[in-house]
Amino acid sequence: MTRLVDRALGPVSLALVVLTVVLGLWVTPPDQTQGDIVRLLYLHPALAWVGIYLATGLAALASALYLWPRTRAANWDLLAASAVEVGVVFLSLTLVTGSLWGRPAWGVWWTWDARLTSTALLDVLFIGYLALRRVPADPHVRARRCAVLALLAAIDAPIVHFSVQWWNGLHQGSTIIDRGFHFKVHGSMLFTMLLSMVALTCVFAWMVLRRYQIARRESAVEDAELDSALLERRAEGVS
Amino acid sequence: MLRDAVLVAGKDLRIELRSRVLLWQVVPFGVLALILFALALGPAPSALRHGAPGLFWMAMLLASVLAASRSAGIEAEEGTRASVRLLGLDAGGVFLGKAAALFLELCILGAVLEVGLLVLFHVDGARLGAATPLAVLAVAGLAAVGTLYGALVAGTGVSSTLLPLLVLPALAPVLIAGERGTAAVLAGGGPGRWALVLAVMLVVYGALGVVLYGPLEETS
Repeated sequence: MTRLVDRALGPVSLALVVLTVVLGLWVTPPDQTQGDIVRLLYLHPALAWVGIYLATGLAALASALYLWPRTRAANWDLLAASAVEVGVVFLSLTLVTGSLWGRPAWGVWWTWDARLTSTALLDVLFIGYLALRRVPADPHVRARRCAVLALLAAIDAPIVHFSVQWWNGLHQGSTIIDRGFHFKVHGSMLFTMLLSMVALTCVFAWMVLRRYQIARRESAVEDAELDSALLERRAEGVS
Repeated sequence: MLRDAVLVAGKDLRIELRSRVLLWQVVPFGVLALILFALALGPAPSALRHGAPGLFWMAMLLASVLAASRSAGIEAEEGTRASVRLLGLDAGGVFLGKAAALFLELCILGAVLEVGLLVLFHVDGARLGAATPLAVLAVAGLAAVGTLYGALVAGTGVSSTLLPLLVLPALAPVLIAGERGTAAVLAGGGPGRWALVLAVMLVVYGALGVVLYGPLEETS
């Protein structure tokens, strides 16, 4: 079952992305006000969903499981690191696509809106996580430091989410459902938008899975190199 | 926990009294930052008054990174953590003690920089006094965040470059809420919800510090 998911996730993700592109570019209608720019609706919210919620949530969960003594295992640390690394890609693309949308919609590439600013800060916090990860240290020490930092960075995710309610900025509120739980998007646009979210969720899962597998191999190589160095030292001591 | 916090705070403050790092390095750096900001704005009193809250908090933030780095550096010195463990001090207490010592140090820095605002930025003294309670709240937030992130990078060997990268994004809410709240008070109003933002931040980072300082102490 695990092997099937491992093999199928890539092709399924690709198929869903292709379907989203076809529906988003050729099947769905242009917006009455925004015209074709609205097609970013099938990319930008899905990128934000993955970067802000999925990646941050997975990194925080895996980090908490690493810090909790009963569940502590190196694999949680590797999973958290993989989620953050892929999360940086999605968060950066969220900011880029948001900027591309902001130019025609607001007349500027960037504005100091609370949601934009808090998302940028989350991206920088994750980049800081990757910088901390690259500091040479004992794997357990590094894992503990990074787990704490991931939890601290995750504080920013609810701030990003509620920022549009707490501060009245330029950025719109919820894209799909309003506060009264009524759909704000309909028909083929709604379907394509939901499809884009599923597609990018699958892409995220595939990327994290691949990165996690590579991280485990890297960890195994490091352990083997350490064992080899220890054996060499012992051999030197004997001779 | 509180007994341990008082012990650790006393230790850090005694070290500071003897070494005078705050007096000779952190405070002059903060004042220098304030002077450079004033130079960048130009001599017009209205522009200086308008920019004063933001520049005050920028100077506080930059100087607090130095102070937090120094505070964490004390714990990273050889044998210090082993001594703390041998004493059986509660990790949450150590965090609270270090944060309390840093808070007092940053309060002194803030007081000096407020004098700088009066002299260099032509800010109204009475209104600046009214903004002080908000500043104290923000400084408590700076101390909590700075202590936690300082412990995160202590002993890495690259803490002087890594700490600003990690802590400044986390301190951005203090900068925003401190600046907006101070600007509102200096304009004759109240701090409004910005005081609430600072209080929530202090409680969140205070609680996280008490919980997460233990795992960080184990790392060195």
